[in-house]
Amino acid sequence: MLRRHHDMGGLEAGPVDPFGPGAEHDYAPWEKKVDAILRLVSDKKRQIMTVDELRRGIEELGPGVYDELSYYERWIASVTNNLIEKGVIDIDELGRRMTAITEAWPAGGVTEAEPKVVPETDGQGA
Amino acid sequence: MAEDHTHDHPHDHSQFQPDLEDKPLTHYQAMTEAVGELLIEKGVISGDELRAMLELIDAKSPAAGAKMVARAWVDSAFKARMMDDVLAAAEELGIDAGGIPILAVENTPEVHNVIVCTLCSCYPRQLIGLPPDWYKARSYRSRTVCEPRKVLAEFGTVIPDDVEVRVHDSTADLRYMVIPQRPAGSEGLDEAALADLVTRDCMIGVTLAKAVG
Repeated sequence: MLRRHHDMGGLEAGPVDPFGPGAEHDYAPWEKKVDAILRLVSDKKRQIMTVDELRRGIEELGPGVYDELSYYERWIASVTNNLIEKGVIDIDELGRRMTAITEAWPAGGVTEAEPKVVPETDGQGA
Repeated sequence: MAEDHTHDHPHDHSQFQPDLEDKPLTHYQAMTEAVGELLIEKGVISGDELRAMLELIDAKSPAAGAKMVARAWVDSAFKARMMDDVLAAAEELGIDAGGIPILAVENTPEVHNVIVCTLCSCYPRQLIGLPPDWYKARSYRSRTVCEPRKVLAEFGTVIPDDVEVRVHDSTADLRYMVIPQRPAGSEGLDEAALADLVTRDCMIGVTLAKAVG
């Protein structure tokens, strides 16, 4: 059976280790902000994107990126890609803003010049 | 807009928390801040709405679910209504359970329930807050549906062989919460004390409610 990467129910995997490192963390402010942004752009007032579109965007990250990114990194990648697709924000203005924010950050950043959103080979189409 | 972003927009990037400013900003953190700023500047969302939503997210905790479970333990009519419609039962207690249906599944001496979301991370967050990382991790998502007793044992929860284990795979359109069994010796406790026995993990079904005393 062909299954997509996110569809992992029933597959073999390691122990859960609920008391080990990485089992829990207090969500960082930026992670909560991702959550808040998604909830606002998907609320009744705005209806810019749906939770299903969030998931579609996450699932289209592809196996490599999906496993490489943390949970809320996947979310903001999908939210951002959806907002670009829908013309709400522009990829160039996003890139400029990310650069400006990173340059203003006291400890600098690890951002790249171009926003890394969903890879083009995986990110197109529904 | 923002052709030349020179930081003349009305907020001050110099006001960083001292424990955060020492760390380099990651790519996706910068993306989050940029998207938030652009949405506000374009009038898609307001700063007040963003702040209010962040406060709402922080306000959600397992306390809401625990209150419902404690009421269900002392009031069988309420429990019946909760089994029928969690959102309406929550409203009775002044709890906003959101708009996505939640199904309550009750643990009994014969049946133990546990919830998972194999596809992503669906979770009754309105009633028990944001999910722990292990709930969203590959190991829990993959294995809970095929070897639940083994997974539960990793939480220190050993379900006797004569008790049936039911696994509920959540979706974007239907979430679950577990009503744990009321602990032995809790007969004399009031609702607030009962609610203290109800943990997040027992409402996921990976543990039992706390023992009395």
